[in-house]
Amino acid sequence: MPPKQALTPSAGPPPRDVVAAIRSVSKVYSLGGHEVKALDNVSIEFRQGDYVAIMGSSGSGKSTLLNVLGCLDRPTTGQYYLAGQDVAVMDDETLSRIRGRYLGFIFQSYNLIQQLSVVENIEVPLSYQRPPMPGGRERCLKLAELVGLSKRLGHRPTELSGGQQQRVAIARALVNNPHVILADEPTGNLDTATSHEIMDLLDALNKAGRTIVMVTHENDIAERARRIVRLRDGRIESVSEVRREALPVAGLTSSVSPG
Amino acid sequence: MKFLQQLRLGFRSLLLHKLRSALAVLGILIGVTAVIWLVAMGEGVSYQAQQQIKDLGATSIIVRSIKPAEESSRSDSNARMGISYGLLREDFERIVTNVPTIGRAVPMREISREVRHREQFIDGMVIACTPDYFGMNRLKIARGRAISEIDMTSYANVVVLAHEAAVKLFPIEDPLGRAVQIGQEFYVIIGVAAERSAAAAIGGSLDARQYDRDVYIPLTTFRVRIGDRVFTSRAGSFQLETVELTQITAVVDDMKEVDSTADIIRVLLQRYHKVVDYAIVVPKELLEQAETMRAMFNVLLLLIAGISLLVGGIGIMNIMLATVTERTREIGIRRALGATKGEIVQQFLWETVVLSGTGGLLGVLFGFLCGPTVNGVRFGVRASLPEVWAALPPNIRNLEPRLAPWSIIAAFAISVGVGIVFGIYPARRAANMDPIEALRHE
Ligand SMILES: Nc1ncnc2c1ncn2[C@@H]1O[C@H](COP(=O)(O)OP(=O)(O)O)[C@@H](O)[C@H]1O
Ligand SMILES: [Mg+2]
Repeated sequence: MPPKQALTPSAGPPPRDVVAAIRSVSKVYSLGGHEVKALDNVSIEFRQGDYVAIMGSSGSGKSTLLNVLGCLDRPTTGQYYLAGQDVAVMDDETLSRIRGRYLGFIFQSYNLIQQLSVVENIEVPLSYQRPPMPGGRERCLKLAELVGLSKRLGHRPTELSGGQQQRVAIARALVNNPHVILADEPTGNLDTATSHEIMDLLDALNKAGRTIVMVTHENDIAERARRIVRLRDGRIESVSEVRREALPVAGLTSSVSPG
Repeated sequence: MKFLQQLRLGFRSLLLHKLRSALAVLGILIGVTAVIWLVAMGEGVSYQAQQQIKDLGATSIIVRSIKPAEESSRSDSNARMGISYGLLREDFERIVTNVPTIGRAVPMREISREVRHREQFIDGMVIACTPDYFGMNRLKIARGRAISEIDMTSYANVVVLAHEAAVKLFPIEDPLGRAVQIGQEFYVIIGVAAERSAAAAIGGSLDARQYDRDVYIPLTTFRVRIGDRVFTSRAGSFQLETVELTQITAVVDDMKEVDSTADIIRVLLQRYHKVVDYAIVVPKELLEQAETMRAMFNVLLLLIAGISLLVGGIGIMNIMLATVTERTREIGIRRALGATKGEIVQQFLWETVVLSGTGGLLGVLFGFLCGPTVNGVRFGVRASLPEVWAALPPNIRNLEPRLAPWSIIAAFAISVGVGIVFGIYPARRAANMDPIEALRHE
């Protein structure tokens, strides 16, 4: 078993370097009379610069956990501290603002908006910032360059390959300078070569200091992370550290590092 | 800036389904155009009516002779004598002397007669009147002079022609100084009246009073040359009628005294006429009636317009519901990326407003085409179907639609309002989707 330091079920707000922490979170769905515990008393902390892969068989609660972390769903019981605030009790509007401000999403099916161009897609989260973020368009252009799409700014999602679309999604997930990037099977729709390109990009982001939490069921993808959390029946079955050699990464500007 | 962005986004999203959006726009466009056109037509008709009534004079009271039903005509009538009815010269004297509020009064005798100049002739309307008649009816003399007092006292055989009558009888030559034949007599043309448009109907007829076949002669001359007893042909049978005056027009100085003066005249005439062989027309009342009619008409038009815009609105709602369902995924994405419910509502409301606003703007544009279109149709009918044209009532032939600024503003505002009202339900439906479900949507 890994050291217990990752699981700290203490009361009150977590220390400063913990960007996200869930404490004794349960999520119960009632289906036709009987209850399904999608999450059962889960506690986990994510520190600044963490790189975590969540694994588990189908129905083990991975998506539910990611939805709670993404403030798209509220836990039935328990607390969720994000940026020092307990968001488990917040109303819909505040949750929307928190998503827009502190979180970046990467989806399995890219989820770009079809009628918008590459650069406009990257811009979307900026239109929901209150107060507005200065230097928006410039930031989008820089991020498009970072993910290698500066020559495709005006293209529509349908004119891009899957890998390119996911790059746009990554740039979009970075544009609001989020505390945590949440990725649900980011390589699930991609072939092996493209998957590794995308993972190289995520690795690089983490190297630059980004906190990344991703769901995957592929071992070689999960091994890219520093920690692997395994779920079973809504409980954390194990948390393991990944040992690997640090690879030098080129082409990253400091503008993408958090802060 | 934010506003322009929203507008642009709305257009973009609507361009995803061009035909569908175009149809929704069309629905509103037709509604708005209908409002503007109907109101313009209504305003045109009522303006025309008002002008015609005003031509009669808001301070005037018109008393017309009316042929009573056969049995009830004046006592001494028999088959040989014909019938005798209507206003008498005595009535005129009585009105002038007994009604102090009257400033001026003009007697007039009118009869239909052929007016001839060599081989040119018209089915003319002989108006026998006093010099005051011209001023009172705002008849301008274009050339020559009007009938004078001297003409009256000397029973002169002189005539003033209406513009159109002069044109028809004298297509080439100058009519002044020449003579026209009315019955057996010749009359020297002393003047030609200026052109003028039709006035309102009086004396119960629905046709507007046309001036174009009028010829004016002195009342005194009429009495000696033509006389009170005239043959008229009606429905093929000739009849002898004795009528002294066809019409008396009285003008009061103060508009406030119109109604009371009309009442006095009524009482006065009642006393001397056993049967009601006259009618009193008060243009001011007609004007008030016309105003009421116009208001009612406008309410009716707004009702029709409201219904057509409602239909347009339902079309928009239908399309927006389809759009929202189709774009469930987009809604989920935007929610995940930080959009609040309110922002989703706004986004979709903007889209409906873009739809309905575009329809509204285009509708206003087409609204402005009302005048040219009516003129085009008029021209087309006159050129290609002259019989149909001739059969149309003058009110229709002369109809000039009048764009009402309020109708343009109202139509546009209502169309945008319709967009908002009918957009709210689809937009709220979009906003209330569960983001997780929406993201899963295929
Ligand atoms: N909206 C829901 N309503 C009812 N049950 C749900 C819902 N979402 C998830 N579940 C149940 O919760 C459990 C965990 O689901 P999920 O988190 O999607 O698992 P995973 O993503 O690991 O496959 C499953 O048993 C699933 O059936
Ligand atoms: Mg799942």
